[in-house]
Amino acid sequence: MPLELKALSATNYPTRGIRETPRVCKLIDVSTCIGCKACEVACQEWNDTPVAETYPYTGSYQTMPDLAHNFWNLIKFREAERDGNLHWTMAKYQCMHCEDPGCLRACPAPGAIVQYTNGIVDFVQENCIGCQFCIMGCPFNVPKLSPRSQKVYKCTLCSDRVAVGLEPACIKACPTGCLQFGTKRQMLERALKRVKQLRAQGFSQASVYNPPGVSGTHAIYVLPFGNRPEDYGLPRDPSVPWVVSLWKGPMKTVGSALLLGGVLAAGLHYLKFGPQRVERKD
Amino acid sequence: MTNGWIDIGNSDVILAMGGNPAENHPCGFKWVMEARKNRGARLVCVDPRFNRTAAVSDCFVQIRAGTDIAFLGGLINYTLSHGLYHEEYVRLFTNGPFLVKEGFSFKDGLFSGYNPITNTYDKTSWQYEQDARGYVKQDTTMQDPGCVFQLLKRHYERYTPEVVSQITGASVKDFLKTAEIVCSTGTPDKAGTIMYALGWTHHSFAVQIIRAAAILQLLLGNIGRPGGGLNALRGHSNIQGGTDHGMAYDKLPGYLKIPPVSHQDLKDHLRENTPRALTPTSMNYWENYPEFFVSFLKCMFGSHANKENDFCYHYLPKIERDYSWVNLFDDMYQGKLEGMLCFGMNPVANGPHSNKMIAALSRLKWLVVAECFETETAQFWKAPGIDPTTVNTEVFLLPAANFAEKDGSFTNSARWAQWKWKALDPPGEARADQEILSSIFQRVCKLYQQGGGTLPEPILHLNWPYSNPANPSLEEIAKEINGRAVADLKDEKGEVILKKGQQLSSFAQLRDDGSTACGNWIYCGSFTEEGNMMMRRGLRDPSGLGMFPGWTWSWPANRRIMYNRASCDAQGRPWDPTRAAIQWDGEKWVGDTPDYRPESPPEAGLGAFLMLPEGVGKLFAPDFAEGPFPEHYEPVESPVKNILHPMVSPNPLAKTFKSDMDRYGSPEEYPVVCTTYRLTEHFHYWTKHITVNSELQPEFFVEIPEGLAEELGIKNQQMVRVTSARGSVQGKALVTRRIRPMAVDGRRVWQIGIPIHWGFAGRVTGPLANLLTPTALDPNCSTPEYKGFLVKVERV
Repeated sequence: MPLELKALSATNYPTRGIRETPRVCKLIDVSTCIGCKACEVACQEWNDTPVAETYPYTGSYQTMPDLAHNFWNLIKFREAERDGNLHWTMAKYQCMHCEDPGCLRACPAPGAIVQYTNGIVDFVQENCIGCQFCIMGCPFNVPKLSPRSQKVYKCTLCSDRVAVGLEPACIKACPTGCLQFGTKRQMLERALKRVKQLRAQGFSQASVYNPPGVSGTHAIYVLPFGNRPEDYGLPRDPSVPWVVSLWKGPMKTVGSALLLGGVLAAGLHYLKFGPQRVERKD
Repeated sequence: MTNGWIDIGNSDVILAMGGNPAENHPCGFKWVMEARKNRGARLVCVDPRFNRTAAVSDCFVQIRAGTDIAFLGGLINYTLSHGLYHEEYVRLFTNGPFLVKEGFSFKDGLFSGYNPITNTYDKTSWQYEQDARGYVKQDTTMQDPGCVFQLLKRHYERYTPEVVSQITGASVKDFLKTAEIVCSTGTPDKAGTIMYALGWTHHSFAVQIIRAAAILQLLLGNIGRPGGGLNALRGHSNIQGGTDHGMAYDKLPGYLKIPPVSHQDLKDHLRENTPRALTPTSMNYWENYPEFFVSFLKCMFGSHANKENDFCYHYLPKIERDYSWVNLFDDMYQGKLEGMLCFGMNPVANGPHSNKMIAALSRLKWLVVAECFETETAQFWKAPGIDPTTVNTEVFLLPAANFAEKDGSFTNSARWAQWKWKALDPPGEARADQEILSSIFQRVCKLYQQGGGTLPEPILHLNWPYSNPANPSLEEIAKEINGRAVADLKDEKGEVILKKGQQLSSFAQLRDDGSTACGNWIYCGSFTEEGNMMMRRGLRDPSGLGMFPGWTWSWPANRRIMYNRASCDAQGRPWDPTRAAIQWDGEKWVGDTPDYRPESPPEAGLGAFLMLPEGVGKLFAPDFAEGPFPEHYEPVESPVKNILHPMVSPNPLAKTFKSDMDRYGSPEEYPVVCTTYRLTEHFHYWTKHITVNSELQPEFFVEIPEGLAEELGIKNQQMVRVTSARGSVQGKALVTRRIRPMAVDGRRVWQIGIPIHWGFAGRVTGPLANLLTPTALDPNCSTPEYKGFLVKVERV
C-alpha cells in the first residue's frame, strides 16, 4: 500500500492518482486494555525516540503526565467512580489521524503536514517552521514541540511500516488484542460487534468513539462507558477550533476577496486615472 | 499448570486469586480476554488491591492479605451447603467416599496427633480405614459420617459468609456475589479455572491455600477438563523448568526425592518411596519410582553405576534437615558457611529481610556471583549503611551470558518445553552458565586428582560425556536429560525395541536394572530418535481447543491437560461434548495424550489420577505438614487474633528464626497490613538496569489508601516512611481509592502495598521492599511470607 498524498499544508492539493487506496484505521478496544504499556515501549523502540534523561514520577501508574515530543503513545490511567463502583480505566492516547485534521488546516508552512490517501496524517519536520499553529489547531492536544529542535512531533501511525504492508508497532506489541489494525470499514465493523457484546454484558452505554466533529478519525475506540469519554481522557465532542476554521475558512475567502478587491481596484483606478504622473517642479 | 495458557480461553468462569495475571502475565492474559469475548466468560478477581486484573474483571473483591484460606473455605462451604458440587465427579474421581480412621479429629485449630514439644504432627490418625488386603474402605453413598466427604463438610461448615467476612474484610454481599459466580461451574456443561501465582505461594501456609483451591476445583468437577484446572502462573520464563529439574533442596530432577540420612542404602530409599496401591483400581504410577531413580543414577554416574554398588547411591548426599535457602542464609549468618556460588539469583534483593541477607553475606570468606548485571548481591559490601572496610568477604563477579545469548529450552507455565535459539553472542568476556560451571567442575576435578581428599568419587566418577567437556552443548545435555538405552532394550516377548545407545521415547521404557539412563524421567520423550521434539513448531490443532500437539513438547508424554481422564464420565464420554479432551472410542482413548492407560476400557474403572496410590483426587490429603484439610491461620504478623481459634492463631508449624536479627512485630506497634507485589513495567530486579523500563516506572512508591493518607496527613507524591520490625523504607506516596478500609473482626484495618522492583544497584535506584519482609516460612516448601506482614506508616 504505497503512500499517496491527499493533502499538504499551505499548498494547493496535489492531483490524486487513480488507484483505490484503502483507508487504514487503528481500533482501541478500551474494555480489553490492561495498561501493560507494551505499546508505549514498541512506539519508542520502533521510532527510536530519545528516552528522557530524567525520570519524573507522576504519582500514578501513568508513565508521564501527557504526550511529549519524544513520547507519542501514552496510556492514560484514571480512577473514576460510576454507579457507586470504582473503575480504573486505562486508555491508550496518541494522534487520532483525523479525516479533517485541524493541524494540517492550521499549518502555514508548505508541506510540513501531509495527509495520505490512506488517512494517515504525518508531520514532515524538515518543512516545519516551529510556529506551533498545529498545536493550536489540534482538538486532541497531540502535537508537541521539541525544545531542542524547535520542530513539532507526534505519532506517525507508523507510516513507514504501513507503507510496506506492516501493522503499526503498537498494534504488533499489544498482548490482549486490545489494539487492532485494518481498513476503516473492517475496524468499524469489529468495533460495532464488540459494542454489541459489551451492551449484552451490561455496559448499556458502550459505544464507538469516531468523532464526527473532525469527520471521523483513523484511530477509533470502543468505550464501555461511551457516554463519558472524558473518563478515558478523550474530549467529548472535538472539532477543529473555530479560530483555525475561521482563519482557514471564511477569513481565507475574505482575505482573498480583500486581496483580489485591492488588485481589482488598483486596476480600475489605473484604467480610469492612468498612471500617476508626477509634475516636474522646477 | 494442570492445563495450559491457551486452554484458559475455553473457560466459563475464571477466578484470578493469589495472582494478578493482567499485571504479571500480560501475554497469557490474552486467553482470559479470548474467553470473555468468545464465550462470554466471567472473570472474578480477589486480591488485597484493586489491581490491573480487577480493572477488567466482572467482579472484584478486596480481601486482607493472607486470608485466602478463609475465603476459599467459604467457597467450599457454599458449594457443599448449596449442593453445587458435581456429585458424580466427586464420587468417581475423588476420595470423598473413603473412610478415615476413627481417631482423626480437629479441635481448636489443631488436628489430632499434634505434639506441642516438637511442634509437629504424628499423622497416624490421618490415615484411611483399610481392609485386610490394605485397600481403603469406602462408602460410595458418601453418607458415612467417617467418610472424607462428610468430614470435609463438617470441617468447612464453620466458614459461613459472616465468618469469611469477619476474617477477610470482604463484605458478606461481595463474598456471596463471588460465590455465586465461582461455584456455578459444578455442572457438566460448565468449566471454571483458577489462576494463581505468588499471591498464594508467599505465605506461611502457602501450600494449604493451593490445596484449598484444589479441593474446590475437585468438588466442582473442574480438574482434568478443558477450561478447568488449577493453574499456577510461573513468574520467570523458565522457572517451571528449574522446578522440574530439581532446583529445590529436597528434590532431584523429576520430583524424585533427595535421600534423607535414614535411607542409608538404595533398597531403603526405594522401599520408602514406592507407594502401595490403596485401591484395587489404582494405577499407582509412582510404583515405578525405582525405574526412574536408578535411571537417574545411571545418568549421573554412567559406567561407574552398577547393580553391585547400588548404582552409586552412596555418592548422593543425604539430608537431615531443611536446607532451603532462607535456612542456608541463617546458617551463613551464624558463621557456619565459608563461601557461596550464586547463579541466577539475587538474594539480597529477593529477601526476605534484606539486612539479614547482607549481614549473612558479610560473614562469608568468599562469594562468587555469575550475573549479567552487577546486582545488589554482587555489591552487597557497598549497600547503603554498610562500610566496605568492615566487610572481609572476597567477591568475584563473573560476567554471565543472559537468556538471549545462549540456546536451550524454556519450560513455560503450561509445561511446554520450547527450544530457543541464541540471538547474539555474549558481550566482552561474558560466558554462558554451563561454560562457567564446567570450568569450575574441571578445576575441582583436577584438585581432587592431584591432592586427593575425602570421598572424591562423587566428583571424579560423575558422568561427563560431552564432546566439549569445557563447554557442553545444551543440545547434548537435553539428550542426556531425555535418556537413552544403555543396553539393548527388549519387550516382554524378547524382541529388541531399542538398540543400545538409542534415545528413549517414553518413560514407560525406563528400567531399574541399569539398562537405561535418564536425567529426568518426566522429560523422557523430549529428545527422541526422531530428534529434538522441543524444536517442533507444528500448527495443527485437531481438538479445536488449542492443544497443538505438534507444537514443541510438553511433559509428561506431550500431554496438554493433566488428569484428562476426569474430563469424561464413567462411560468415557466427555462431560461436555463441545470440549472433549479425550474420549473412549470403543477400543482406546483418543484426543489429547490420555492421562490413563490408553487401552483400559471405562468399565474397568481404573482410577483417573494415575500417579496417586488412591487412584483418585484427594479432598483429604495426609501428605502435608499442618493437616489433611486446609485451615485458616493468621499470618505470622497479623493485626488480629484468629477468630476461629484465638489460641492457635498463626500456623502452628510455620517456621520462624531466633537470631538477634529475626524480629517479628506486634499490631500495637505496627498496625498496618503490608503486601509486596510486582509491576508490569519491570521484571524483578533486572529491568531497573534498562533505560526504557526505568522510564515507564521510574521510582519506588508506596500505595496508600485515600482514607489512611487523610488520617496521616499524607498527600499524593509526598515522602512517606514505612517501618516494620526489621527495617524501614522511604518513598513517595501513591494515594489511591483502589485500596479500601476493611472491617476485620469488627475493627477497621488498613492495608498498603509496596512494589518490589527497586534496589541500590541499577540505572534507577530505590529502597528494597524486602528490607521490611519477615523471615517466616511455610512448613511444607519453606517459601517466605512476603505478603501480609505488619508495618507502620509515617509522613517524612
